[in-house]
Amino acid sequence: MLKELFILSVSAIFIENFVLVKFLGICPFLGVSKKTETAVGMGMAVTFVMGLASVMTWLLNTYVLLPFGLEYLQTIGFILVIAALVQLVEMFLQKMLPSLYNALGIYLPLITTNCAVLGVALLNIQKEYNLLMSLVYGVTAALGFMLALVLFAGVREHLEDADIPEFLQGMPIALITAGLIAMAFLGFSGLKI
Amino acid sequence: MKCAGIVKNGLFNENPTFVQLLGMCPTLAVTTSVANGIGMGLATTGVLVCANIAVSLLRGFIPGKIRIASYVVVISGFATLVDMLLKAYAPALSKSLGIFIPLIVVNCIILARAEAFASKHSVVKSAADGLGMGLGFAGALTILSAVRELIGNGTLLGYAVLGEGYQPALIAILPPGGFIILGLTLGVINLIKERRKASA
Repeated sequence: MLKELFILSVSAIFIENFVLVKFLGICPFLGVSKKTETAVGMGMAVTFVMGLASVMTWLLNTYVLLPFGLEYLQTIGFILVIAALVQLVEMFLQKMLPSLYNALGIYLPLITTNCAVLGVALLNIQKEYNLLMSLVYGVTAALGFMLALVLFAGVREHLEDADIPEFLQGMPIALITAGLIAMAFLGFSGLKI
Repeated sequence: MKCAGIVKNGLFNENPTFVQLLGMCPTLAVTTSVANGIGMGLATTGVLVCANIAVSLLRGFIPGKIRIASYVVVISGFATLVDMLLKAYAPALSKSLGIFIPLIVVNCIILARAEAFASKHSVVKSAADGLGMGLGFAGALTILSAVRELIGNGTLLGYAVLGEGYQPALIAILPPGGFIILGLTLGVINLIKERRKASA
């Protein structure tokens, strides 16, 4: 079991990185990667929500949707659970950990529309993971997201000082940079564990 | 603004992909072949038009505070419909688009149009806006997927175009190629804009 979980984690972080290989969560990846600090904050918030969302949606699917034959309500049910969860997390942090709440700021509510969160919930069901595996997959996939985000933010900070042709400034050069990082991650696909 | 103007606005001036940079996940993920690109574009257009009409019809009833949640429910209803229709009538396409069909729910283009346009305009105008934005998105996906399939596989819609001697550059249909080709396409668009400005 431990070995399985380890393989699942390595594959979620490196081999099938959510952002760079599966293309989930591109909007925050491009949006909040201008500074390393905000990238770390966003990564932590997403990790927290994705771990929780994996567990909650798994429970919803197994104990509510499946017994009543309501699988077709998956998408609607999951997005509602995620929206409610993000709201709860926001309220909880505001009350209990105001410093973290202030650090995350606007990024918290935006997590609802991060497709990585809904994506991991749907993938857990599609791949027929059990509860523990869903939790591990959710958390490690989010760590993979955070890794990509922090790496990309680091490179982007340096791009500020670079001399770039005018027509490539801004988003075009950022996307090409992301492509080069993705190329590096492609190397992990040869990894056999 | 006339309806034709609204459609044209979505197709060119405010193209959701190339100008507003919204909905990047499906743009990068499904453009590995032209068939996938067109399929995803049309599926999203369907959801966008329906969601815009529904939100516009409901705009007098939805309380301001819970409007975003209500929009998400409306959108996910239509996304589920499209998902089921594709599974029934186009199983091959549904399989190759996979998880990105249910993920239409969190496509920011749709939520953005509901919030920015449909909640403030009449039903007909909202439908026109949904159609224009949807086709703008579909057109962008088609262009990107054509470039990627041509370079990465030497084919267009599955037909060999570049002949036997062409050695496909596989990188174009692998994930890094998606980022790089989208970046270069945006660069080329900037270049065309600059030229136009200079000659005008």
